[in-house]
Amino acid sequence: MEALHDFELVRAATLDDVLKARAAHPQSALVGGGTDLMVNIRRGIVTPPVLIDVTQVGELQAVNADEGALEIGASVTLNTLAQDDAMRRHYPVVAEAAHAIAGPTQRNMGTVGGNLCLDTRCIFYNQSEWWRSANNHCLKTTGDTCHVAPKSHGVCFATYSGDLAPALLVLGAEVDIASPSGTRTIPLNDLYIGYARHDDAVEGDGKNFLSLEAGEIVTAVRAANTSGLTSAYDKIRIRRSIEYPVAGVAVALLRDGDALVDLRVAVTGTNPRPVLLEGTAELCGGPLNDDVLQGLDALARDQIMPMKTTFTPGHYRRRVASVLAQRLVTRLYAE
Amino acid sequence: MAQLLELTLNGRPRVDAVPDNMLLLDYLRESVGLTGTKTGCDGGECGACTVLIDDVPLLSCLTLAASVNGRRVDTVESLGENGELSAVQRGFHEKLGSQCGYCTPGFIMASVGLLRRNPAPSDDEIQEALGSNICRCTGYVKIIEAVKFAAQLNAEGTAP
Repeated sequence: MEALHDFELVRAATLDDVLKARAAHPQSALVGGGTDLMVNIRRGIVTPPVLIDVTQVGELQAVNADEGALEIGASVTLNTLAQDDAMRRHYPVVAEAAHAIAGPTQRNMGTVGGNLCLDTRCIFYNQSEWWRSANNHCLKTTGDTCHVAPKSHGVCFATYSGDLAPALLVLGAEVDIASPSGTRTIPLNDLYIGYARHDDAVEGDGKNFLSLEAGEIVTAVRAANTSGLTSAYDKIRIRRSIEYPVAGVAVALLRDGDALVDLRVAVTGTNPRPVLLEGTAELCGGPLNDDVLQGLDALARDQIMPMKTTFTPGHYRRRVASVLAQRLVTRLYAE
Repeated sequence: MAQLLELTLNGRPRVDAVPDNMLLLDYLRESVGLTGTKTGCDGGECGACTVLIDDVPLLSCLTLAASVNGRRVDTVESLGENGELSAVQRGFHEKLGSQCGYCTPGFIMASVGLLRRNPAPSDDEIQEALGSNICRCTGYVKIIEAVKFAAQLNAEGTAP
């Protein structure tokens, strides 16, 4: 690993401290657990002149979950979330996703805000300075070519692999965003702008994948409960611990008698954004059968576009995501 | 830039001026001279640098020294009293949970963190709690035996 570059560390005690530091230093980076950012800094991938430590900010530490709604502050650690009894009871998908991240020690450090805003990953990006310079760098840093897709015409294909986002997307979550000029709340799905489809108009990509404006930070994520909704998260990874997902899938569904009345499926680890599958409502209305599962497979295969950004081939990640989704839907329907 | 760092290190209060960009791992090893904490992968993937901060296992290779201001930091040097091994150290020694020994301080601190919050863990809970630590020698079976033995020693009160 490289020596750390010179930077200033701001130890923020209040949200006001964070926003003031953010306003004074637009090129700053927030550091929570540092489990992703510090690695990228040590590899010389990013060199923010100012780091703002948000782990001691009281306003960002809330975890509230009950039958009605959930609210989670951005500095809550992943283990706190995974072990929260009310979260496990009312929103198992969120607790399961938090529990599936990295390993136990990383989860003691990593935060909800950090996982939601997790930098996209690629085998040509998450490498040492020496490795990247030997390869003439890539689009996501200072290079001019995406090595995953050399004819991508300036589009970066780095993959979003946060585990919490899909879990919260299937609950219809919103994020609170704060900046020196005020606060706003947007649907979590709108936080991510990396394109989901090759043929969509390109708003963002693997390099520019969050809709945050300069100076804005995510302060909390919230969701209302849907009565009777069951939910779960599962992911495939190369090892059981300390590993990013090959593909991760969150499912929430509502069953009335034999009829499937609501189905929401979100996938991570495959595209430059977490993908909330479109068209699942058309699979609802009747009992779960092979037609529904085949329909789900078709939606997944159509909307998930893994490129060769990991050591696992893209076509494998697409199949795995679809299989995971079908397994989870089958299991939740039977519960 | 440097900042004042006030912490309780292995039970003793301590004040140092540390550069903003100094890692806790380098502070412990280079500034304080406690070399029990090991530099392994140096990127948060192996657990060799695990220390306890307020009894919670964290990776010192990804933690900035200045950010543990006001906290309690325990390294492997905090264990044992008057030359007598602590329960977890005895467990790793007697049950052969350590071979080349490089990962051992990290495993020991992760195990101490586990036993402080769960004095009688099951095999599954031990596996889960040590999931962030990698050992290339033992195959982990002996390490799990070591932690169980340490839990037993703690229960009997036969080790410091």
